[in-house]
Amino acid sequence: MKDPSTSTGAAGPLDLAGARDKRRAGTRAYAAALVALSLGLLASLVLATVIGRLDLSWQAIAWVMLGKLGFAVPAVDRTTEVVVWGIRLSRVVLSGLVGASLATAGVVFQGLLLNPLADPFTLGVSTGAAFGVALLVILGVGGSFLGLSPLPLGALAGALAAMVIVLALSRESGGRIRKETLILAGIVVSTFLSALISLIKSLDEESLSAIVFWIMGSFSGRGWIHVGFLLPYAVLGLALAFAYHRELDILALGEEQSHHLGVAVSQVRLKLLVGASLLTAGAVSVSGVIGFVGLVVPHLVRVLAGPSHGRLLVLSAFTGALILIWADVASRVLLASGQELPVGVVTALLGGPFFFYLLKSRRTRGMW
Amino acid sequence: MIQAEGLNLGYGERLVLKDLNFRVAAGEFVGILGPNGSGKSTLMHALCGLLAPREGRISIKDRRLEDITSRVRAQILAVVPQSSDMRFPFSCLEIVLMGRYPRRRRWGSLRDDDLLWALKSMRRTTTEHLQDRPVTEVSGGERQRVVIARALAQDPEFLLLDEATSSLDVRKKLEIFEILKFLNATRGLTVLCAMHDLNLAALYCGRLMFIKDGGIIQDGPTEEVFTPEVLARVYQTPMEVIRHPGHQRPYAVMLPLTPGAVAEEEILEAAQEVQSSRFKVQS
Repeated sequence: MKDPSTSTGAAGPLDLAGARDKRRAGTRAYAAALVALSLGLLASLVLATVIGRLDLSWQAIAWVMLGKLGFAVPAVDRTTEVVVWGIRLSRVVLSGLVGASLATAGVVFQGLLLNPLADPFTLGVSTGAAFGVALLVILGVGGSFLGLSPLPLGALAGALAAMVIVLALSRESGGRIRKETLILAGIVVSTFLSALISLIKSLDEESLSAIVFWIMGSFSGRGWIHVGFLLPYAVLGLALAFAYHRELDILALGEEQSHHLGVAVSQVRLKLLVGASLLTAGAVSVSGVIGFVGLVVPHLVRVLAGPSHGRLLVLSAFTGALILIWADVASRVLLASGQELPVGVVTALLGGPFFFYLLKSRRTRGMW
Repeated sequence: MIQAEGLNLGYGERLVLKDLNFRVAAGEFVGILGPNGSGKSTLMHALCGLLAPREGRISIKDRRLEDITSRVRAQILAVVPQSSDMRFPFSCLEIVLMGRYPRRRRWGSLRDDDLLWALKSMRRTTTEHLQDRPVTEVSGGERQRVVIARALAQDPEFLLLDEATSSLDVRKKLEIFEILKFLNATRGLTVLCAMHDLNLAALYCGRLMFIKDGGIIQDGPTEEVFTPEVLARVYQTPMEVIRHPGHQRPYAVMLPLTPGAVAEEEILEAAQEVQSSRFKVQS
């Protein structure tokens, strides 16, 4: 007992090189995953553009894309150009951006609220954003301001308001947030706001199917202008989330430990909540409420890449983009009648069973 | 130096501690003792900035605690709570590396120095072999030692432990306190620990602070305040204090709460017998 070194077990020099090598190996695996995902995303941009009701030749699509990139190409007829560039590619890009935004928002919400069930949809934030947009639409607020549409701003206000309400509802007298209550509050708020949206939309004399498309989410008829609406929100939100990825790691241990480790908890949490709300609001304002992407993607990536948020955020953004691009392709081609499904139906059909698997799998059970 | 002046602490309507005044100099090893609900944890929460005082002030190194930024506070002061909730499967090494957070730059990558600190801290707490294990899958005692390693990785000047070793077995408790003693002696680490184990406190702490009835009722060098009278008053329990013939530290023997003097005398005799038989073993 007199010599502390005898009680500390292992002898010999510290294995710094070994630990460093292990970390480098981890970094290499991460880099490889990033390269693979980037290639997959690039391939998906092209492939998803090829698939569609109007049969277009690969060649024509290649000429349009290369032409837009500034290469000298043979002339293509106007219809093909409009379909490829104006309709299909813009929609693929938009669904990718929305997927990345929702998945990233899910990572942030789950880490921040220590809740594996948290995502923009279950927290009611998505529906809040949709409500904000619906309200602006019925009030006739449109047009654009400095090139920015007011709709995402309405979505942001709605998202933040819904989040404040849900957090207030689930906060106990001691200031703690119970994780079961949080999701319950989210679903209550979400259901209520969905009903209000339906009401508003029917006052606006839109057809019932349009409401379904809004509440279940859809990219039908979306184009480059919507990419423009979303882009500033997505960029800002992604940047905020990534800038605080290290704090997110620590916040995932809870408020008290974060305080002890020197994180300015309330400031950082506010910034991250705003970041996640920006992502949600931007996504919802262009595509309606799409569930399950923000819930499932972070879990999927965490199982493969571990819980560290620096990697989790980036890989989730890529994976979310890929999944939503293909979910949207499915929504376009699944019905033989040539009609479109709301993309939210596809994500729910894919995400539901997968989430059930996650619930039962050993790796995530410890988190509940 | 940590200084408390006219400190009133409480939650909501309830005032837990009233008018505390004390000073802990750099390099001290202080045990904070008291019965359940006496406010040990409340005091610890206030000292690490989790609980804002109702009145009075806490200063660390002559700066008011609330004026120190979170980051700088975590460079000076590390805290080991009784238990730490871990929900995400970070590896134990990643958890310990989080202790380097207050000393890293926002965009800087992990330096060898940080990794070295983490490994050194894990070596000290015998958790080196747990490096790659998910923290959600190690035992409670192992997790606590990982958290202690994380606190050491902060390279703090002050270390606050709130019942930090209560969940550990005897050997692990002593190992942790040996590390604290070593760091206290060699690096001048100031240690404040709230604890229940009287004898562990008497064995390692140079100074004891007894808290009861909303205040500090005794505060001084262990040799002077670790007496049957003080212990009986604080814990409402009959106690004997014997001195270990080997290391010469005081040792409290609790007596049953049986009313009546007869039983007490018998127990005293028994205690003396135990003591004399120890002498034999020692010699």
